[in-house]
Amino acid sequence: MDNVAAAPLLPEVREAMLPYLGQIFGNPQSLHNWGDGAREALEGAREQVAALIGGASEEIVFTSSGTEANNMAVKGIARARSEKGKHIIVSAIEHFSVFNSARTMQREGFEISLAPVDSTGTVIPAELLKLVRPDTVLISVMHASGEVGTIQPLAEIAAGLPKDGPVLHTDAVASAGNIPVDVKKLGVQALSMAGNQFNGPRGSAALWIKRGVRILPLLDGGIQEGGRRPGTEDVPAIAGLGKAAEIAKRDLEVRMERLSGLRDMLIEGVLGEVEHSVLTGHPVNRLPGYASFCLRFIEGEAILMLLNSHGIAAASGSACTSRALKASHVLLAMGINHELAQGSVLFTLGPNNDAEDVKYVLENLPKVVDRLRQMSPLYSKYLKEQKG
Amino acid sequence: MPVYSEKVMQHFMNPHNVGEIEDADGVGEIGNPVCGDMMTFYIKVKDNRIEDVKYKTFGCGAAIAVSSMVSDLVKGKTLEEALTVTPSMVAKELEGLPKNKLHCSNLGAQALHKAIKNYAIKNKIDIPGLTDKEEPEEDEHACET
Repeated sequence: MDNVAAAPLLPEVREAMLPYLGQIFGNPQSLHNWGDGAREALEGAREQVAALIGGASEEIVFTSSGTEANNMAVKGIARARSEKGKHIIVSAIEHFSVFNSARTMQREGFEISLAPVDSTGTVIPAELLKLVRPDTVLISVMHASGEVGTIQPLAEIAAGLPKDGPVLHTDAVASAGNIPVDVKKLGVQALSMAGNQFNGPRGSAALWIKRGVRILPLLDGGIQEGGRRPGTEDVPAIAGLGKAAEIAKRDLEVRMERLSGLRDMLIEGVLGEVEHSVLTGHPVNRLPGYASFCLRFIEGEAILMLLNSHGIAAASGSACTSRALKASHVLLAMGINHELAQGSVLFTLGPNNDAEDVKYVLENLPKVVDRLRQMSPLYSKYLKEQKG
Repeated sequence: MPVYSEKVMQHFMNPHNVGEIEDADGVGEIGNPVCGDMMTFYIKVKDNRIEDVKYKTFGCGAAIAVSSMVSDLVKGKTLEEALTVTPSMVAKELEGLPKNKLHCSNLGAQALHKAIKNYAIKNKIDIPGLTDKEEPEEDEHACET
């Protein structure tokens, strides 16, 4: 139940990739027959990806990861527009690939403002719009959080922006392929997405950039992707991304309904079965497969290790779980204190999960929590205070 | 490759000596929830020996395994012997800890030392290796707020 970290490749997607790992090995830039097949795959995938998000195929740039797409959007757009101004706004809960790209731009002389979120992890449009200045050239707000699943009011933000003002980019890596994403309805000018978040291959991702929006490439090189992303194309990965996009579009409603049902069963179960548990993120506006919690008095890594011993995979935003030993900036930005953030646990459901899995978690999680609380000094303090 | 050694996993899955001692002779608490880990050690002392040791730990797998190992290392030892337990000794007994988890081994040793100090102060005694020792630095545990 850790599909956000790694989701299984759909068999149909693997099938779609295989020819390009075998016989059709050509370079899409070649003018001979061997190049034709590869070119066909590339352009076919471009149309499939564009169709998923309601964009035009020539507005799609393939990249190697969501991280690269976000880097390219933030740095490439800011640099291309630096003569218009040097102010960028990002939300307080962005992925590190947006956050750290903004930080890089700060070193290049840009000013960065952070748009706050409320306790549900939702960017407050009015607060964000207050930060907009005449020299704001770029705003980056994720479409949905990969940590708490909250879906952001992008259309509302877009509607409040001045005409011909800042470019609005969204990191839709967690949402694209999982909920309806339509660049026109969202009102954005750039959007990042990644195949591995909807059962496509890793190493396959894309940046959609609205026609007319200027962007500088991160890499210097040849003419691939219109010169915006040079480097020989990873045709098998791109073919897989295209297929995954096609399937995601086709099955979106069914998948959403199924995963939302399982998610709600898990959320209700955990909140009901585990004392002192809170749901993190928005109660309603959340991604279908995302059930995220903070469990008081205990720590996330220990929870994950015990769950793992029961054969359950989950994730956590606790300080101890992170290599850097820092609590998730997303949870902290939502006003969750360090102690509670330590008890973060995130279940992300995917195509291989069913109601039996959810039941199994609901049987075992309370045991795991109880065991850790029995050895927690915070819990015994709490119990003594209750008595006293 | 697993993150933790087999020894760490054994202690994490079946930690020894978990609990509290109601009428403890010494109590040592270290860390705080903001930093991520918190340990409370309880000792019962008889004839200068740690007759019983228990602890409660809020923290990650390493923190729990460290607490368990420290309790094993000092149970039945004299106070002087217990004071010679160092973080590196704990880490070594656990067959190593990941680099970013080494601070957990500091916490275990520090919490125990604090419990012994608490006992010494309460009983107004001087234990070689305690008073002449600098208070362990807590800031080794990188805690950013």
